[in-house]
Amino acid sequence: MNTNLIYLLTIGALVGASSGFLGSFMVLKRMSLVGDALSHVALPGIAIALTFGINPMLGALVALIIATFGIWYLSEHSEVYPEALVGVFFTASLSIGLLLTPEPDLLEALFGNIDKIGISDGIMVLTGAILIFVVTAAISKKLLLGVVSEDLAKSQRINVSKINLIYLLLVALVVALGVKFLGTLLTGAMVIIPAVTAKNLAKSIKSFHLYSLGFGIVSAVSGILIAKNFGIASGPAVVLSSIIFFIFSYIFRKN
Amino acid sequence: MPEKNNILTVSALKVEFDNHMILDDVGFEVVRDDTLAIIGPNGAGKSVLFRALLGLIPYSGTITWSPDARIGYVPQKLAVAKDLPLTASEFLHFKEKNETVIREVIVSVGFLKEAEHSHNDVRVLNTRLGDLSGGELQRVLIAYALLGDPNVLLFDEPTAGVDIAGEETVYSLIHKLQADEDLTIIFISHELQVVNQYATNVLCLNKEKICFGPPSTAIDKESLAKMYGEDAHLYEHHEDLDPHKHHDLGI
Repeated sequence: MNTNLIYLLTIGALVGASSGFLGSFMVLKRMSLVGDALSHVALPGIAIALTFGINPMLGALVALIIATFGIWYLSEHSEVYPEALVGVFFTASLSIGLLLTPEPDLLEALFGNIDKIGISDGIMVLTGAILIFVVTAAISKKLLLGVVSEDLAKSQRINVSKINLIYLLLVALVVALGVKFLGTLLTGAMVIIPAVTAKNLAKSIKSFHLYSLGFGIVSAVSGILIAKNFGIASGPAVVLSSIIFFIFSYIFRKN
Repeated sequence: MPEKNNILTVSALKVEFDNHMILDDVGFEVVRDDTLAIIGPNGAGKSVLFRALLGLIPYSGTITWSPDARIGYVPQKLAVAKDLPLTASEFLHFKEKNETVIREVIVSVGFLKEAEHSHNDVRVLNTRLGDLSGGELQRVLIAYALLGDPNVLLFDEPTAGVDIAGEETVYSLIHKLQADEDLTIIFISHELQVVNQYATNVLCLNKEKICFGPPSTAIDKESLAKMYGEDAHLYEHHEDLDPHKHHDLGI
């Protein structure tokens, strides 16, 4: 195994671990599709970054953060969760992104390409992953109490709205980190699939987080190895690996 | 100026949603260590009153808690997803780190005493919230409210969605808590017998305050009629009493 592959696997594992961990909260909050929809917003950001020769991950991050504030605002200031609006907003950004992205880079932006992962990407992923774990661990009790009962959380003077915003910003960050491996179309999958796989097997919240994180790592590592060996795109390889784990977890799930 | 011995003073409380008046000019006082029942028909604003007392919704008027009030809140039947992978122990850990304290509180809500074997408390702690029976979940919620050493407990319909056996344990638990020193209990209920049995004071609510005072005098034909309509009659032996005479009795 060469150093480059070990490097890629490490970075991939970090992305898988952080998306799995964050995704476990997403699934409990019944917001799975928000992560997926959000990932589409990354595309215009990537396109603009490519045009100006900036790291696409940064471009994606900026676009995602703006979109996150948008979703948060809509969910806080509307009686009903404005799912349809979110749908409109995200397909619009996907379309704009498709038009803006230079054609040679399009396939890569949509489905990921691990050969393009450099040192700066590695540093961003490492920093991002540390940030995600530290902040999520700090807010996890409040976040989960909000899932169990928003009133109960508020009665303990927890600012549920602020916690939700912090959480959504972390999701934006994890999607940005995954963009180079998985592409904008598939990076949302890594937030959902390891988490639902873990939910099939977990008996407690602790095991749920651990399984989710673990499936995130295993899916990323096996997907990258498959992509490298068979010369296919990393995005579909990682996502399909995670789906295989999901199918097994579904068969062996505890009722 | 609220009286010193009051743990809670509410005056001229109004809550409006979308131009609908939900609570209009509600005022009452709760003396420390009292047990207050709040009764009223569906849609009378009982839960809304609780939410205002907890500061969860905007209101006008004043709600003054004594500065040392530590509130434990037991929400109305919690809709816990059956597949939520969260055990009772993990839930209680949201509020309390110390395992021994959690054990003590789970025993205090009656889990060990009913047990045929001594590991019942452990079984409950390791069970997911979604797998608990209605009564068990309610007692876990009470345990949660009891953590953090509250001196006020707010129960929103403590037995909604609980079977009869569970209902009895929940009320006998509330009765046991009443014996605690410096613990004020405020509960919402539909059941007049329960109110009569456990409450020192009752607040009858139907958007506005209908009556207030000890249940035996405050709940009479007139206040029942104002809440539930003319056909309601339960306490006919009080029909000779004038409800207004007993307004604010006990304060």
